[in-house]
Amino acid sequence: MLAIALLGVVAAGAPTYAAYAAGDRTVQGTLRNSADNNAPVAGVKINVQSSTGKTYTGVSNDQGRFAITVPGSDSGTLAVILDTKTLPDAVQIRDGASNTLRPTGTLSTITVNFPLGPDTRRVSTVWDQVPQLLYNGLLFGLVLSLGALGLSMVFGTTGLSNFSHGELVTFGAFVTYLGNRVVGLPIVVAVTVAVALSALFGYLNEKGLWGPLRRRGTGLVAMMIVSIGLQFFLRNFYQYFTGGRALTYREYVTPAGRDAFGLFTYTMRDVVIISVSGLALVAVTLALQYTRLGRATRAVSDNPALASATGISVNRVIATVWIVGTALAGLSGAFLGFSQSVSYQLGAQVLLLIFAATCVGGLGSVWGALIGSIIIGLFVETSTLVIPSELKFAGAMVLLALVLLVRPQGLLGRAERIG
Amino acid sequence: MDIIGAVTGALHDGFGYVAVSFCLAAIGLNIQFGYAGLVNFGQAAFLSVGGYIMGAAIATSGMPTVLAILLAIACTVALALILGIPTLRLRADYLAIVTIAAAEILRLVFGTSFRTYFHGKDGVTGFTAGFRSLNPLPHYDGFFLTYSREELWTVVVGWGLVIMISLFTWALMRSPWGRVLRGIREDEDAMRSLGKNVYGYKIQALILGGVVGCAGGFVGAFGAASVQADTFNLDFTFIALTMLILGGAARILGPIVGAVMFWAILSFLGSVLTQLAGYPVVAQFMNADQASIFRLMLVGLVLMLLMIFRPQGIFGDRREIALDAH
Repeated sequence: MLAIALLGVVAAGAPTYAAYAAGDRTVQGTLRNSADNNAPVAGVKINVQSSTGKTYTGVSNDQGRFAITVPGSDSGTLAVILDTKTLPDAVQIRDGASNTLRPTGTLSTITVNFPLGPDTRRVSTVWDQVPQLLYNGLLFGLVLSLGALGLSMVFGTTGLSNFSHGELVTFGAFVTYLGNRVVGLPIVVAVTVAVALSALFGYLNEKGLWGPLRRRGTGLVAMMIVSIGLQFFLRNFYQYFTGGRALTYREYVTPAGRDAFGLFTYTMRDVVIISVSGLALVAVTLALQYTRLGRATRAVSDNPALASATGISVNRVIATVWIVGTALAGLSGAFLGFSQSVSYQLGAQVLLLIFAATCVGGLGSVWGALIGSIIIGLFVETSTLVIPSELKFAGAMVLLALVLLVRPQGLLGRAERIG
Repeated sequence: MDIIGAVTGALHDGFGYVAVSFCLAAIGLNIQFGYAGLVNFGQAAFLSVGGYIMGAAIATSGMPTVLAILLAIACTVALALILGIPTLRLRADYLAIVTIAAAEILRLVFGTSFRTYFHGKDGVTGFTAGFRSLNPLPHYDGFFLTYSREELWTVVVGWGLVIMISLFTWALMRSPWGRVLRGIREDEDAMRSLGKNVYGYKIQALILGGVVGCAGGFVGAFGAASVQADTFNLDFTFIALTMLILGGAARILGPIVGAVMFWAILSFLGSVLTQLAGYPVVAQFMNADQASIFRLMLVGLVLMLLMIFRPQGIFGDRREIALDAH
C-alpha cells in the first residue's frame, strides 16, 4: 500500500522534478511605460549576465514582454541589465530606479520588474488618514460616552467607583445578540429589548446589592472591592455560556461604506448609531437640567444629606440613576457589539477607557463624562498616526495619568479638595 | 472519582511556584493596602517589571543573575515613584485607577513593543541557567509532590523568600515606622497633625510593597522559565487581592494562608469539577472548559461575600481593615 502511494507521489511529481533537474532558468518580465498610460514598450534589449561570465540576451516584444532562458549548465548568480540605449526616446527608467537588477530567488522562473516612467501610484500621506480617524474617534467617543455617563452618574450620587460597569456594557451586547441571533428579532427590536432589560438589570443591581450595602454602612473602598468581585463573577458567567468565541449579530455587521466629500467613508449604520447616541445624551442631559427628578439627582450629587433633609427621597433618586445609567451602558454595549463583536471581554476592554473618559472629564460631572469620552475616542484613534495600533489603548491610559497629574479633578470637575 | 489525585494536585498547586509568586504579590499588597490603606489595583505591574526586566537583561545581555535582579528592583522603585508621586496626594480611588491603568500600559508595552528584548507574544525565555546552576538538590528520578527537581528548587527558594520577607514585615510593623503607617490608615489628618510626613510614608509603603511584589515576579519567572505579558492582566491583581482578603489583611499570616488556601481550593475544585464533567448527567450543562470557568465565577462570588460578610478574612481583625476612602 505504502509503496504504491509513494510511487504515485513520485509519478505525479516527476514532470516538475524533471524540469527542475534540467535546471533551465527563465528570466522574464514586462516593460510598461507609466508616462503613456502603461503602454507596452517593445524592442528593448535585456542582457542577463551570469557570474560564470556568460551573457544571454533578449528583446521585449510588442506586448512589452521578454523571456530569457539561462541553460541548466549555468548555475551562476545572475544580473539582469536593461540596455538603456535601446529604450525609445520618450521612455526613461524611473528616477531612483536602477537599470541593473540582481534577483536572489532560487525558483526556475525569475520575474523582474523595471519601472519605466514616473511613479503614478497614489501615495496616501499621514494627513489623508486624519479625517477618517477623526470620524472614527468621534463615533467611538459617542458610544463610549453612553457608558461613561452611567458610571459618572452612579459615582456622583453614591461615590461608588463601579468596576463592574464594564459588565453592564457587555450585558447590553449579549442581550442584543440573543435577541437578534437566537430569538431572531430584527436588530432594532433586539437593541430596544436590550436597553429595557439593562434598565431592569440596573434596578436589580441597586435593589439587590448596592442599596443594602449602603444601608449597612459599607465603606467606599469595600464597595469598590465588592464591585471587582461582581465584575469577576459576571465576566466568567458570560464566558461560561459563550466560551472564548467572538459572536456577531445577524444584521448590519458589514454595511456598505459611503464616501463623504472624498474625506472619509461612513456607513448608514454608523449614522444611525451616532444619531441615537446623540439623542440619548441630549435627552439625559436635558432631563437632568430641567425635570424635577433631574434637579433632585443633581441635588443628591451635590450633598446627599442636605438633599435628604429637603425632602428628596435619596434612595429613589439613586434607583433612577442606576436604571438610567445601566440602560445607557446597555445601549453602549449593543452598539459596540457591531464594531467590536460580542465577546465576554467586551466590557473589560472598554472599562478602563470609560474610567479614563470620566476621570479626564471630571468624575461625577455629566458634561465631563461626555467631553472626556469624545477626547478619549479622538485620542485613541488619532494616536495610531504616531504609535502602533496595538498600543492605542495604552496611549489613552497615559493621557489619563497626565490629566490626573495636572488637573486631578478633571477638565470639568469641581475643584474640591480631593487629597 | 480520584480524590487522592485531587488532594495531591491541591497540595502541589497550593505550595507551587505560582502560589509563591501570588503570595509575594499579596504580601506586597498587604503592606500597601492592609497596613497603609493604599488601594493599589495594579500590583501586576510590579511583578511584570520584575519578571520582564530581569529576564530580558539576562537573556539579551547575558548579565549575571544577581545584577539583573538588582536592576529589576531599581526599575520597580522607579515605577512606584512614578505612580506614587502624582497620586498619593489624591483620594484613594485615584491611586486605584492610575495603578490599574499603569498595569495595563505595561502589559500592552511588554506584549507588543521592543520585540528585540521582550519578544512580543512569545515572551522572554532563556534566563534560568544562572539560577538553576545554584541548585544544590541531588539529582533524583522520582518526584516529591510531583515537583520536578528544578521546580522544587524554585519552590524552596520562593518559600524561603516568603518567610524572610514575612519576618521582616513583622518586625517592621512593630517598629515606630509601622505604627505611623497604621496610624495613617486609621486617620491621616491625625498623623499629619502629629507632624508626620504622611505623603513620604505612603510613598515608602508603595515602594516597599512594590519591591516585594517584584520578588514575586522573579519567582514566577524562574518557575515558569518564561515571562509572558498576558499573565499580568487585571485578573492577576484581583486574584492577589482576593487571597489577601481571604487570609486577612493587616496580618502577617494573612497573605500566606490566603495564597495557599486559594490555590489549593482552586486546584481541588478544578480536579473535582473536571471529573464531574466526565459524567453524562453533569456534562449536559457543564463541559471541562466550563468547569474551569465555573471556579473563577466562584472566585468572584467569594470575593464579594467575604468583603460583605467577613472583610477581615480568616485571621484579620475587623477594626484593622481600611475600608473607608480617605
